[in-house]
Amino acid sequence: MAEITLDKVVKKYGGLDVVHGIDLQIAHEEFVVLVGPSGCGKSTTLRMIAGLEDISGGLVKIGDRVVNDLPPRKRNISMVFQNYALYPHMNVRENLGFGLKIAGEATASIVKRVDEAAEILGLTPLLDRTPAELSGGQRQRVAMGRAIVRRPDVFLFDEPLSNLDAKLRGQMRAEIKKLHQKVRTTVVYVTHDQVEAMTLADRIVVMRDGRIEQVGSPMDVFNHPRTTFVATFIGSPPMNLLPATISGGAVRLADGTAVPIPDRLSDRVHEGRRVTLGIRPDDISPVGHGLSQDGPGAEVEMEVELAEPLGMESLIYTRLAGQEVQAKLYGPRLVQPGERLSFRMALDRAHLFDAETGRSVRED
Amino acid sequence: MPFWRRESAIPYLLLLPALAIMALVVAFPLIFSLYTSFTGYRLVRPDSLYDWVGLRNYSRILQDYDFWVAFGRTVLFLTVVLNVEFLLGLGIALLINRITWGQRTLRTIMMFPMMFSPILVGFQFKFMFNDNIGIVNNALQSLGLSDGAIAWLVDGKLAFFSIAFAEVWMSTSVFAILLLAGLFAMPRDPLEAAKVDGCNAWQTFRHITLPFLMPFAYIAMAIRSLDVARAYDIVTVMTDGGPAGRTELLWTLIARVGYDNSRMGLANAMAYVSTILSILFTWYFYRKLVAARRYMGGAQ
Ligand SMILES: Nc1ncnc2c1ncn2[C@@H]1O[C@H](COP(=O)(O)OP(=O)(O)OP(=O)(O)O)[C@@H](O)[C@H]1O
Ligand SMILES: [Mg+2]
Repeated sequence: MAEITLDKVVKKYGGLDVVHGIDLQIAHEEFVVLVGPSGCGKSTTLRMIAGLEDISGGLVKIGDRVVNDLPPRKRNISMVFQNYALYPHMNVRENLGFGLKIAGEATASIVKRVDEAAEILGLTPLLDRTPAELSGGQRQRVAMGRAIVRRPDVFLFDEPLSNLDAKLRGQMRAEIKKLHQKVRTTVVYVTHDQVEAMTLADRIVVMRDGRIEQVGSPMDVFNHPRTTFVATFIGSPPMNLLPATISGGAVRLADGTAVPIPDRLSDRVHEGRRVTLGIRPDDISPVGHGLSQDGPGAEVEMEVELAEPLGMESLIYTRLAGQEVQAKLYGPRLVQPGERLSFRMALDRAHLFDAETGRSVRED
Repeated sequence: MPFWRRESAIPYLLLLPALAIMALVVAFPLIFSLYTSFTGYRLVRPDSLYDWVGLRNYSRILQDYDFWVAFGRTVLFLTVVLNVEFLLGLGIALLINRITWGQRTLRTIMMFPMMFSPILVGFQFKFMFNDNIGIVNNALQSLGLSDGAIAWLVDGKLAFFSIAFAEVWMSTSVFAILLLAGLFAMPRDPLEAAKVDGCNAWQTFRHITLPFLMPFAYIAMAIRSLDVARAYDIVTVMTDGGPAGRTELLWTLIARVGYDNSRMGLANAMAYVSTILSILFTWYFYRKLVAARRYMGGAQ
């Protein structure tokens, strides 16, 4: 059993605080993804769990052991590094078996387990090559193989896919998912790519400036972002945010456009409150080309500034109340810049955030 | 059109001066000395230059007890000195690598011994190891560690030790510098991966750091093996191969045969045999280096 508990974990570099007291519970066999922009402290947090970084304050527990002062080798974890960190002077076979050899495993059993891992990851034909003779994707798989042969309690991944091209990244993402279903181990996975986070995670932890911004299942975080930061970070293209005021029982944008207050939020706001209206591009579409045709909504006329056809859909850049707004057009139709179209905003999934704090009004 | 007027001849014509100089300063002495090794050439009798004796010098060397003792002693000297320098250099490099403050200054200070002429280093240690007035004996006696004067440069084994000591003092920094460069170039990731893979500090060093440093060590060894195999100056100053030939190395012996006994033909034959020794050592380390670099090269 390996649940992980972070209890007010703090990291300081000299006088500089980079992680400000993180509380997090990770269940046994759970796949948790830490996601956030560059420099927010994801790697630092992961490395504190691994034992590669001293913990300046708080407790880290793996299972029921406090591991604050245990060296990495006593934590029964394995880690996949961003640039793989293979041992350059060992061939693939030796790279995979190194941890077992150090642990004093019998040779026959090392051979067996290395072969198994190589089989799972399709590395069997490459066993005698050195890392220098492998492609990026192959090195990445060796790094993963090295992590799984040891059958650790916890897998730690630090942006393992960020050095791969888009296609390979997609493939490897699927393989990691499958791998987790096969080996069922607790996983902590760091990425700044929200697509990876959404697709892999049982639970997403969104981080910002050394703090946890929101924790929840991918759908929960996507559908109910607690702050404007999460709202724009999760989901691509990002959610549109429009400053507005509640006035006359409606959400009034800067240019006076009135949008009805979404029903489920109507008891959360009072007249005169300054808010930010959040609405995803998927929910703004030219009339007749949207995902949902009924439900509460509002129609506005906007001019197309740019249209990017993506195949089944087009991304449309337009402007509303002086702000750039991204919208989506579903169904085949060519749109030209300069065209004025009537757009429908579907409001059943719209969000309202407090203008000052950026927190969702559902939170007060 | 004659050959030298053709366009295709131009590169060769341009190379000609360089080739001529090379021939004059490298090829000619090489061939000349090789030739003399087949003659009974004596410096005091110039006409003996034409005294072709075939392989007699070489066959004489094969049976020459003194030569083979010097040969063996040189190999021993090389082995001892290179290993000690490697271990000390590694230690120094690891320590300096740890230091965060004043590292540059220390790196510079570390190189001081290399800045002295070997002759001066020889004189310095000759003085320090002198049995009557030397500082080493003085210190040992003052500390009560020895009661008599130890004959550092007279006893065969001690003299060998003293010379090796001087050599090590002078050149350990070659290893230290190169290994330190290796440590600076060392990627941090594999070290961390090893820690996570279950290595303690010693295992990490043994399985990750050391293999990474070995190419740097081989470079240092290749350089130093050439240096040490031709050791002459320090030995000449400190003991002059004596007493009674007990610290005779190849080149002190060769110089004695060639200049003191003026048997240049024989000396040249010895020199050729010793050169082979140097080449073997260098080739060996070079092979090691190439093998080690094969995996280090393109990795990551
Ligand atoms: N050794 C260090 N000394 C001082 N500050 C550091 C050190 N290592 C990291 N930091 C700082 O800590 C903060 C968090 O770094 P961290 O590596 O955890 O970011 P990250 O979230 O992993 O970002 P990325 O996505 O770019 O990898 C950064 O602001 C960084 O500048
Ligand atoms: Mg990082």
